Amino acid sequence: MPGSATAGGFLLVLAIVLPVAGAMLSLVLGGRYAERIALTVMPTGVVVAVAIGAIVWRTHNVLQYFVGKWDPPLGVAFRADGLSATMIVTAALLICGIGLFARAQFSLPRCVEERAPLVFWILLLTVWGALNAVFIGCDLFNLYVALELLTFAAVPLVSLDGRAETLTAALRYLLFALFGSILYLLGAVLLYGAYGTLDMVLLSGRIRAEPAAWAAISLMTSGLLAKAALYPLHLWLPPAHAGAPSPASAVLSGLVVKAPFFLVVRLWFDVMPRLPEHAVAQVLGGLGAAAIIFGSLVALRQVRLKLLIAYSTVAQIGYLFLMFPLAVKPEPGHPWSTAAWTGGVLQAISHAFAKAAMFMAAGLIAEALGHDRIAGLAGIGRALPITVFAFGLGGLSLMGLPPSGGFVAKAMLLTAAVAEGQWWWAVVVLTGGVLAGGYVFLVLARALADASEPLTLLSPISPSRQAVVVALALCAVLLGFIPLRPSELLHIGRPDIAIGGPR
Amino acid sequence: MTEGTLYGLCSAVLVGLGLFGLIMHPEPLRKILAFNLVGGGVFLLFGVVARKGAAAGLGGDPVPQALVITGLVVAFAATALAVALLARLFQETGRATLQADE
Amino acid sequence: MAFDIGLVTLVLGVAAWTIGARETFAAVVGFVAYGLLLALVWVRLAAPDVAMTEAALSSGLTGGLLLGASTRLARTDGPAAIEKPSAIMRLAAAVLCTLVSAGLAALVLLMLEPAPTLAPRAMANIAATGLSNPVTAVLMAYRAIDTLLETVVLLLALVGVWSLARDRVWGGLPGPYHRADPHGLLTFTAQILVPIGILIGIYIFWVGSVAPGGEFQGATVLAAMWIIASMAGLVDAPPVTRRWLRLALIAGPALFFAIGLAGFAIAGGFLAYPESHAKLLILMIEVPVTLSIATTLALLVAGPPERAPAR
Repeated sequence: MPGSATAGGFLLVLAIVLPVAGAMLSLVLGGRYAERIALTVMPTGVVVAVAIGAIVWRTHNVLQYFVGKWDPPLGVAFRADGLSATMIVTAALLICGIGLFARAQFSLPRCVEERAPLVFWILLLTVWGALNAVFIGCDLFNLYVALELLTFAAVPLVSLDGRAETLTAALRYLLFALFGSILYLLGAVLLYGAYGTLDMVLLSGRIRAEPAAWAAISLMTSGLLAKAALYPLHLWLPPAHAGAPSPASAVLSGLVVKAPFFLVVRLWFDVMPRLPEHAVAQVLGGLGAAAIIFGSLVALRQVRLKLLIAYSTVAQIGYLFLMFPLAVKPEPGHPWSTAAWTGGVLQAISHAFAKAAMFMAAGLIAEALGHDRIAGLAGIGRALPITVFAFGLGGLSLMGLPPSGGFVAKAMLLTAAVAEGQWWWAVVVLTGGVLAGGYVFLVLARALADASEPLTLLSPISPSRQAVVVALALCAVLLGFIPLRPSELLHIGRPDIAIGGPR
Repeated sequence: MTEGTLYGLCSAVLVGLGLFGLIMHPEPLRKILAFNLVGGGVFLLFGVVARKGAAAGLGGDPVPQALVITGLVVAFAATALAVALLARLFQETGRATLQADE
Repeated sequence: MAFDIGLVTLVLGVAAWTIGARETFAAVVGFVAYGLLLALVWVRLAAPDVAMTEAALSSGLTGGLLLGASTRLARTDGPAAIEKPSAIMRLAAAVLCTLVSAGLAALVLLMLEPAPTLAPRAMANIAATGLSNPVTAVLMAYRAIDTLLETVVLLLALVGVWSLARDRVWGGLPGPYHRADPHGLLTFTAQILVPIGILIGIYIFWVGSVAPGGEFQGATVLAAMWIIASMAGLVDAPPVTRRWLRLALIAGPALFFAIGLAGFAIAGGFLAYPESHAKLLILMIEVPVTLSIATTLALLVAGPPERAPAR
């Protein structure tokens, strides 16, 4: 077992404890205080996240912690490498933005406790804690509990408004998620039965190419695919993400759906890197390609804005899985596979910011107009220019146009595909970009069109909320200024990757 | 064949049966039942691994047994949430189905 | 061995009945029987702690939950309300599931015997925890973080269930009002059974440090006793806004977190226990956790608020 707990490991504990404690405090103190507690926890959580990132960056080493001072395999470890630290910071920034945005919608009245605001703040904080637990977990069963916590916090967000459609969507989401969890658990028990441990680091040393390992990786990957809504297991996502209130949609599409993807990456590249997985990787890539094409085509046909954005999520998740056939190479550390890996991760991060901004923009538009029909958007560009601008910025990332994180991510995937001779993935990436351009321009064209009669907004939209939306969209754009090569931060703690990529 | 292997085979059949019910039954309540069945099978497999790991004077490896206890509680919570959603859906619509209204 | 084969046949038979039964009510009854049979299997697998949890949770609480649901939703078993899948789909699903079962069975047969185990390590370190039940040692010491997160998971499930209340009854009383005949059999049985059950539940929790048992098993029995009492009309659910109810719910996780954080100061790590006081600290965690889990489990069965609070 390399090393032991590193200094600063307690920050990992705080990353989970802080949001969860905030949620429980909100439950006890009741409705009036929930929002205030959340707004206190958020900046503190950002500080903890940035501190974790800073330590990982400065020491160029993994941050590790053994809970209860018991070593694995008996105990449970927390581990933050460069990838974890990046995801933790991303989650912290996004949750803060979403929290600030949601204040207007879920503020609590002085005297009486209301259901929706109290539940929203508790669930938002818990989602945050669960996400951090997923990002730093190093034990497969601990990760199972974290995934269940994430599911139980995310599902009621979908049905928050109590309508029949959202209740149905929430139930379907829950059933798919539970199906995924049970497959994941089945894989975990096979691994324990073969290797006697559930710790990811120990497993990576003990695992061999045998039936139990193959079955385990297939089962766990399938289960996580159901949770990540990869085609063809995507049916639950569009109604769920479209039906939730817009701050909830932002956190669902931006972060919650990335957690299972994060775990697939961990499983494939950290636990089982020495298993030859090329054929399976091609299957994953194929499903991703299907998701991109199908999701984008269906998005083009949507009548409602939020459903269009939700189907766009289905498509953009497909890009994440294109990374697998491109990053699984015979010799680990090959520069093109590193580029593909970086591209996949960057896609996850930039999509998180871009999609959150787009859902929140759609929410503002729906509040202003009273509906979210795309056909009725005419004139909103003039009424809410900043909001529509933010939507457009997010769209840049989806289309893969510079400057944006999405452009860097897709460019890396493209170059890897062409350089490795897997040109068919390059075709998919380009097609996806064109289709994304289609549905983004569909919306923008309608929004920027002149209304036949002057538009009266149902309710005034505060500029601070619009500012938050633009800020998040700008984050997606800022990611576009990362140099087009494997990032040192992301690769801290990954011993088999050569940092020197194509320069 | 040891008793552990026998119960292991039993769990394999349970998982298959439950999966069949999960896929086939259109009513959500039956799906929830089937999910509990699959869960029982998976936990049973944990128990088989525990039994095969009997050592140090114990009848079974305590770690998988503890994991099952945790898993049982989580599975109950999941069932409770699913049932509550279903009941509320029934209250709203008078039907307890997942038929998409598209 | 013959007993085991018989037990396996029974379990599979009841499972098939649960999947194949036409009426949902019959399927749920089958599921309750399945839970009890599985508890027997756990005893055969030398896992009495799990057997207790399975019996109480699966047949008791889950069975009660599903029975209640199946009667409330019974009106939808109407004629042709739901389309049945076609025969081809059934065949394809059957083939798929048979393949899955066969694959799993093959893996079971290939399993190492004896399997890699953590039992020696668990026993080697158990003296430091002050416990003699190794399963409790895993739950409360080695993998305490999983148990801690699991209490939070339970709480969140309850918040999720509560979130389904209609806005106008928020803060009200969970579940319908049970009106039992005060001279009837149910009330009589409850009045006798519940106090005994509470004592049994407390005992099971208490003895868990040295013998099979523990907080989850004890809490489940306590929750079941509350449910029986409420069905008999002896007690009613409190409104969900009551401060003391919420305190009871979070007391367990809160103290778990607090002692865990105190571990930084007194033992050098989160959820670490100093060897001299390990057993005391674990007990200090277990008491409120049992209370919180019992409350949460009972309220999960009761459901979301449905009756407006008396204001």
